[in-house]
Amino acid sequence: MKKQVPILLAVVASLCPVVGFLLPQPWVDEWMNRRLDEWMVIIASFALVLGVVSVVQVNLHKVRRRSRGWGFSLALLLSLGIMSAFGLFGGQGERADGSLHPFTWVFQFAFSPLQATMFSLLAFYVASASYRAFRVRNVEASLLLVGAVLIMIGRIPLGQAIHPLVPQIAEWIMQFPNTAAQRGIIIGAALGAAAMSIRVMVGIERPYLGKS
Amino acid sequence: MQLQLPGIGEWMAAFFTLCIFSFLYRDNVLYRLAESIFAGVSFGYYIGLARLNTLEPNLFRPLFSDFAGHWPLLIPFALGLILYLRYVPKAAWISNWALAIYIGYYIGVNLIQRLHGEVLPQAKGTMLSLQVPPGQLLGNLVIILGVLTVLIYFFFSSPQRGPLKPAARIGVYYLMISFGASFGYTVMGRISLLIGRLTFVIHEWARPLVRAVFGG
Repeated sequence: MKKQVPILLAVVASLCPVVGFLLPQPWVDEWMNRRLDEWMVIIASFALVLGVVSVVQVNLHKVRRRSRGWGFSLALLLSLGIMSAFGLFGGQGERADGSLHPFTWVFQFAFSPLQATMFSLLAFYVASASYRAFRVRNVEASLLLVGAVLIMIGRIPLGQAIHPLVPQIAEWIMQFPNTAAQRGIIIGAALGAAAMSIRVMVGIERPYLGKS
Repeated sequence: MQLQLPGIGEWMAAFFTLCIFSFLYRDNVLYRLAESIFAGVSFGYYIGLARLNTLEPNLFRPLFSDFAGHWPLLIPFALGLILYLRYVPKAAWISNWALAIYIGYYIGVNLIQRLHGEVLPQAKGTMLSLQVPPGQLLGNLVIILGVLTVLIYFFFSSPQRGPLKPAARIGVYYLMISFGASFGYTVMGRISLLIGRLTFVIHEWARPLVRAVFGG
């Protein structure tokens, strides 16, 4: 019961989109694709809470025990609580008077700048990271370096200023060698993912059973 | 002339921006505080999005406004609630049912999407004609050779010996050029973000502040 039922449910659920794809009937499409898609998004929303509960448990434990860095855990919990409350009990976007709902306000003035700045930090470390990556003197590293430099210079006005051919070379790299490599990666990864899907569909892999 | 100080929102955004940039000096309390707040706000944001964009319009509103027409929605509602049974030790195993349906469904979707949406179109796009003008022929050959050699490189089921070895080597060269291009794009994207943040701090916070304090 504990193992057989989930396996059966997973097999049946995995066959639904396949049947929906192979039988292009309106009712099949309605039930096997559209409705189930909608249902799964709803289940995923409930699942989100599981992750949040785990984060809250870990940080609450740190605050209670006054572990090292508990103040940061407290800041995390407070910001999580405030933003969740805005999201759960308020609206989003603009109010009728043109002011922003608190949820959107915090998104615009806290979440968005924090995220953008966090990612922009990498720009400062690119030089040292590139140096470390390109220090290995072999053909592969040289190709990586040449590809990166040509793409970066070729996509800005500096490339055109150096030589009119530079942007064209950058474009050629993107259009041919890069397309070829990306295609190889996509085909390889997709075949691997499809094989993994089949293993789950026939019950060889059972990620939904966890450690049990 | 009316002096306009930056608003609370601009002050907050500038504070967080500078807190994160303070990491460039070294790891410090302000950076870690901003980092923790970012994590908390992110979780809160996704919880809010789940309610505002998914649960409210797709579950609660249809159920409360027209129950007779939308009663099947009780099924995902029940499955969602079943997930929380993992907090009840004696009934935790039942939560696997909802998980199995969720994972199973997306496994099926994944199979179709990968094969029909990726493998077939990409393979079709690689079957290029060689009876074309010389300029186009070079490009087509580069693509065909690249896809084949990259796939040979990714073929791990047997040792790469004999003619497969140099072919896999060429595949690695293609991959390196592609990774270089991706790296270049990533760097450009991050520098663009940096420019955006600096533009904000200078034009929307520091300049109005300086003007309001010192005039001009």
